[in-house]
Amino acid sequence: MDQLAEAVPYLGKRNLKAARWVVIIIALVAPIIAMMFGRTWVRILDFALLYMMLALGLNLVVGFAGLLDLGYIAFYAVGAYTWAFLASPHFGVHWPFWAILPLGAGFAAMAGIILGFPVLRLRGDYLAIVTLGFGEIVRIFMNNLNYPVNITNGPQGINALDSMNLFGWDLARNLTIGDVQIHSLYLYYYFFLLCVAGSIMFIQRMQISRIGRAWAAMRDDELAAKAIGINTRNLKLLAFSLGATFGGVAGGLFGSFQGFVSPESFSLMESIAVLTMVVFGGMGNIAGAVVGALALTALPEILRNIAVPLQETLFGHVLLDPEVLRMLLLSLAMILMMLLRPGGLIPAHARYSRPELLGKGVRT
Amino acid sequence: MIKLLEARNVGKRFGGLTALSEVSLTINKGEVYGLIGPNGAGKTTFFNVLTGAYIPDDGEFVFNGIELPVGKPHLVVEAGIARTFQNIRLFSQMSALENVMAGHHIRTKANIWGILTQNKHTREEERLTTERAYELLKYVGIERFADTICKNLSYGDQRRLEIARALATEPQLLALDEPAAGMNATETSQLKVLIEQIRRDGVTVLLIEHDVKLVMGLCDRLSVLDFGKKIAEDVPAVVQKNEAVINAYLGGGKHE
Repeated sequence: MDQLAEAVPYLGKRNLKAARWVVIIIALVAPIIAMMFGRTWVRILDFALLYMMLALGLNLVVGFAGLLDLGYIAFYAVGAYTWAFLASPHFGVHWPFWAILPLGAGFAAMAGIILGFPVLRLRGDYLAIVTLGFGEIVRIFMNNLNYPVNITNGPQGINALDSMNLFGWDLARNLTIGDVQIHSLYLYYYFFLLCVAGSIMFIQRMQISRIGRAWAAMRDDELAAKAIGINTRNLKLLAFSLGATFGGVAGGLFGSFQGFVSPESFSLMESIAVLTMVVFGGMGNIAGAVVGALALTALPEILRNIAVPLQETLFGHVLLDPEVLRMLLLSLAMILMMLLRPGGLIPAHARYSRPELLGKGVRT
Repeated sequence: MIKLLEARNVGKRFGGLTALSEVSLTINKGEVYGLIGPNGAGKTTFFNVLTGAYIPDDGEFVFNGIELPVGKPHLVVEAGIARTFQNIRLFSQMSALENVMAGHHIRTKANIWGILTQNKHTREEERLTTERAYELLKYVGIERFADTICKNLSYGDQRRLEIARALATEPQLLALDEPAAGMNATETSQLKVLIEQIRRDGVTVLLIEHDVKLVMGLCDRLSVLDFGKKIAEDVPAVVQKNEAVINAYLGGGKHE
């Protein structure tokens, strides 16, 4: 929260309290403004929040603990499929959300540990390759586990997932209070917002703690971290499993929101997209992950809505498909970013301590 | 005198190269013990084997009467041995204060649940860690740089910070790997004062050093390694006159 507030341009450095309110107000009114441009935009914001959660979780693994993970989307898949198995007509089970979400998170954490063990000794490029393989294995499993016993329904995916039902309150239905009707997309937005806010709080507390410092130490110099008594094995496993937990929760939310899961949502490109968000925003800091996720979810959509009409007025027909343009501009943005601002949009200004804890008497 | 650390016939080979062979030495509580020798004599290897970074091929270490675990650096630190590195290894993206706080990791207990809920114990522990880290920065004399990212510190201050970080693990034995390397005369004499202070405060020091003046002035006893073997062990004045030591250092022997 404070890190987000500090990232607010101009205000963040001068008046933290005001900046904090700016962040809160933006977060609260964003969907209302988006609605003015059409329902799709609220939907995009909902997705942006899911991606924020993913980016926050991946940032914990890559940015804090320094473990390059290219298969992160696998945990998202585990969470989504947990939801699909336990809350859809596919198996005919319909569990409540408070049972499935923690279960999905738990399975994802377990997957994180399963991935973590074999890669404990690997770092950098080698780690990236193994995690990439892991992500693909999970996707291929989802794709092929429909024979001889149909578990995942293969490439067709699983349909008609239950929507999020908070103790009898269905988020997929519009809420009517008196004469006012609140659209389901808003309900999802605020529920996701709550989840993201919770994640941010949790991660921030982790960062400024003995565990956060140990991760940072491991990332900066593993040998020295060992030499001051940090058990790097346990901390790596913790980073993998905790990061995966966020992926698992986000996956469950995704399943319920989308109402449909299929293996193609969990391709390598998605892993790369989430990593790009983290890098684009600024590795190792919470605000970076949030801004990166928002920017990289919204920008392509804005582009889609601008590029086509613009080309039509300029050339009379569409020269470049928005999808092609998106890849082109995204790559260009990344290249420029690496050249001009290698630290990301919001370069890490990560703190791992609170010097204000020092009493006035101690500090002279 | 009470034995703090005893190395028994420690040996380490890398392929065909014998880096250490049958090195035995005893460090008593409260002394500054020097380990010297020409380049490549096996001093740093001895440190790495001692602190669990390498697994020894032969022998063992007994610390406070208990055999040290092999190849488990964090358990060695927990037992009470801290080290610094020949080439400074700090956590470059953290401030000086945070570096020292990270060093306190092994003596703190907060778990995920405590951190998430920020319960009383966790908050108290965090406060104590911060205060203790600041005190240690004061102790080595760089508290004014507490909020500075450590890579921006001067070379001498980085060395001091590394010592503060090692002290944060609350060691009984502090192993310093060439702490004066690259320091000028003033910095070296300040370092000497600091090491003497550390010894007075009850921490035993194991020192690898090339600066002969520093070693002779500081150490109570010292060992000389050459080609992985211990060739002498005694008080500085005696070692200085030892023929084998002179040969090892000057490469002399027969002049014909």
